[in-house]
Amino acid sequence: MDIVYTLWLRNVKRYIRSKSRMIGSLGMPVFLLLVLGFGLNSVVAIPGMEQGYIGFIIPGIISMSVLFTSVFAGIQVIWDKQFGFLKETLVAPVSRLEIMLGQTFGGATTAVIQGLIIFVLSLFMGLEVSSIPGFLIAIIFMILIGLSFTAFGIAIASRMEDMHGFQLIMNFVIFPIFGLSGALFPIESLPGWVRYLTLLDPLTYGVEGIRYGLLGSSQIDPAISFAVLSGFTVLMVAVGSYLFRKISI
Amino acid sequence: MSAITVENLTKKFGDFTAVKNLSFIIKSGEVFGLLGPNGAGKTTTMSMLSTMLKPSSGKAAVNGFDIITNEDDVRKSIGIVFQDQSLDEELTAYENMDFHGRLYRIPKSTRQKKIMELLKLVELEGKKDNLVKTYSGGMRRRLEIARGLLHEPKILFLDEPTLGLDPQTRNHLWDYIERLNREKGITIILTTHYMEEADKLCNRIAIIDKGRIIALDTSEKLKNDIGGDVITIVSSERDKLYSVIQYLPEIKNIEVHDSFLTIGLENAEKHVAQIVNMASETGIPIDSISIHKPTLEDVFLHFTGRIIREEEASGKEQMRLMHRVRK
Repeated sequence: MDIVYTLWLRNVKRYIRSKSRMIGSLGMPVFLLLVLGFGLNSVVAIPGMEQGYIGFIIPGIISMSVLFTSVFAGIQVIWDKQFGFLKETLVAPVSRLEIMLGQTFGGATTAVIQGLIIFVLSLFMGLEVSSIPGFLIAIIFMILIGLSFTAFGIAIASRMEDMHGFQLIMNFVIFPIFGLSGALFPIESLPGWVRYLTLLDPLTYGVEGIRYGLLGSSQIDPAISFAVLSGFTVLMVAVGSYLFRKISI
Repeated sequence: MSAITVENLTKKFGDFTAVKNLSFIIKSGEVFGLLGPNGAGKTTTMSMLSTMLKPSSGKAAVNGFDIITNEDDVRKSIGIVFQDQSLDEELTAYENMDFHGRLYRIPKSTRQKKIMELLKLVELEGKKDNLVKTYSGGMRRRLEIARGLLHEPKILFLDEPTLGLDPQTRNHLWDYIERLNREKGITIILTTHYMEEADKLCNRIAIIDKGRIIALDTSEKLKNDIGGDVITIVSSERDKLYSVIQYLPEIKNIEVHDSFLTIGLENAEKHVAQIVNMASETGIPIDSISIHKPTLEDVFLHFTGRIIREEEASGKEQMRLMHRVRK
């Protein structure tokens, strides 16, 4: 556990120190919140949504923030590889699983903090939290998204040589995961085949879970969301640690 | 007891054999050098001994522990300074040390004490709370050495410890390394392609080329074996000169190279006149002649027929040079 904590500590320290990264990664979500939220609030009416379109997308934008931060945190392993720091970690008498878990918890922590910042900003935009337990539920879902996608990032980073492939991953993996997740639109309004794609997207369950927590209603049963996302998290951590174990430098 | 024993260690990358049947023993408390040009297999050897790479065949033991079956104990016994920097630049020097101490499970009270002690040793205690990205190359190197010593390793691996450092910093680092070995009795294995470095620091040197050890002894012995002195003669008729003087009884060895000829012998001052006379009698022109005490460079030249410096200016360097010339 000490080792996991050591790795976690390093990740969190680095995160807190890089103010520009923290603020920079708030740009996109805040922009979307303002433009989509306020811009479409009066023209889009979602049945059963009391808080309007802006209320509807807040959980989506929070998920997005957690998603991007966590994937990026996982992919940072490549930087460590390139700048040589990974060697220092790998040559120590510790198991790779511990290193991987430390990275994952560290990345997930920063991702959840990032999500919470969006949450606080949303309060100023008119978000009304339904209940304290609801808020805790939302946090649990944020943690699950953070853990699973940091592990996902580490898995990718273990197979990548350098940052050249990063753009590819962003455009063909991360954006589709976000776009298909039902963060910005209700799943029910989609044509059949797209709906299946949406239901295959693990982030959908995260968004729906957070939505249930913050707004008190969701299209997918929160118990199902929780089960699917937990399963995905376990799977990703397993895949991530398997690939990380085979990393060579 | 021997610190490191290596038996027929081999590493292949596909068809390419980076390290071929390496065997040697490093004694406890020794400073042992692997000297060779870039790409000779030095770093590959270090990587295998530090359990970062699996050997294709052969075996080795570090501090008595097998590098294949007992990775963890090997890792606990060694400290490493890698060829490329391996610090976290976003952390301070103290935090880098602390991270290392935690990874090696050093309890908090000893950890804090040792970190301060070592930072003092490498004269960085005043800058311990500065981010590493503000450090100069020499300071980073010193910090890495301090970090490598934090868990009190029996054996310290230094892979090209002074690569890219200015001469002053290099001298400074050499003093540290000597002191570490002398005062703490740490066995040190280092790789380098600087002759001077190997000569100054190492008790014994293994000259390695194309994955093989071509000579292994003390620097003194290696140099003595090619003669007490070396005469280098630049001449357009080297082969002719060679045939004229090769049977002189004083000459220990004589070799013809691209544009010059080297002669190894004792008391060169006495015999140089004789050689020049013989050349002029047979009408062989001599462009220049020099006498010097043999260096490891001469040893390398003797065994491989090449100069280490030539290798250094290969690849990228050469392209850059050509580019500059064309401009």
